[in-house]
Amino acid sequence: MTADLPCQELVELVTDYLDGALAPELVARIDAHLVDCPGCHSFLDQMRATLRLLGRLPADEVEQMPAAMRAALLEAYRST
Amino acid sequence: MARVTGGWSGTESELVAALRNRDDDAFRHLVEQYHGPLLRLALGYVPSRAVAEEVVQDTFLAVFRGIDAFEGRSSLKTWIYRILLNIARTRGVREQRSIPFASVARVEPGEERAVDPDRFQTEHDRWPQHWTSFPFAWEHLPEERLLAAETIDVIRAALDRLPAAQREVLVLRDVLGVSSPEICNALAISETNQRVLLHRARAKLRAALEAHFATESVA
Repeated sequence: MTADLPCQELVELVTDYLDGALAPELVARIDAHLVDCPGCHSFLDQMRATLRLLGRLPADEVEQMPAAMRAALLEAYRST
Repeated sequence: MARVTGGWSGTESELVAALRNRDDDAFRHLVEQYHGPLLRLALGYVPSRAVAEEVVQDTFLAVFRGIDAFEGRSSLKTWIYRILLNIARTRGVREQRSIPFASVARVEPGEERAVDPDRFQTEHDRWPQHWTSFPFAWEHLPEERLLAAETIDVIRAALDRLPAAQREVLVLRDVLGVSSPEICNALAISETNQRVLLHRARAKLRAALEAHFATESVA
């Protein structure tokens, strides 16, 4: 089963795994574990989903710059 | 004209050239793309939103003044973040906000787990270190639930709770898409430290989202 690489260790490797920073041998063990383990599979997909949501933040940003600040900056931009 | 927020269709060097020529589209792009993220980064160093906004304003002014001298040895993004971090750190010291480690993004010693250890079986159980119960499978929720305004609020609140070093790396990498080597360069940290900070930060965001969707589904 998945005894070779415990779930608790796998979850600590996910960022390295997504970054391609792990040795091929370890990647193979992770891949084998993921096939058998819905929990870790879900964890990995959730980390990916988290990254996707974070990437949407700038576009959804409601923290608009105050109009007065924007106007002041535009004036500085044009005059410096 | 309807335009994607902050959308800039040209290359980075075209953007730099446009900023030097004081092009209005380039200004709009810069302000819309960077204001929120810069504000969030600044908030890690100074005590109030008002001061953070001054830091952001000073950063933009420094960008306008310095763009002619920008040599492109780092990306424009990295250059802008460096300016912000310098201003924010100086200002943070002046405001006497006690931030023990924020002047250097460092990995604090000690174990910090990506997942609460209680979620795993102990050595007395049948499968030690395996899940006791799988994470709530929120990743399969429909897109409109995932992108709801409440979700964004949960993400913001979780970002605000992160230690400054973790927030810096996460915002630069995952919100703004700065490359890993550029972050290491800008923050003067190793690749390994960067990934440790990133992993801890991402894991906390994931946990916050799981908690949010799990309670929301029960409610």
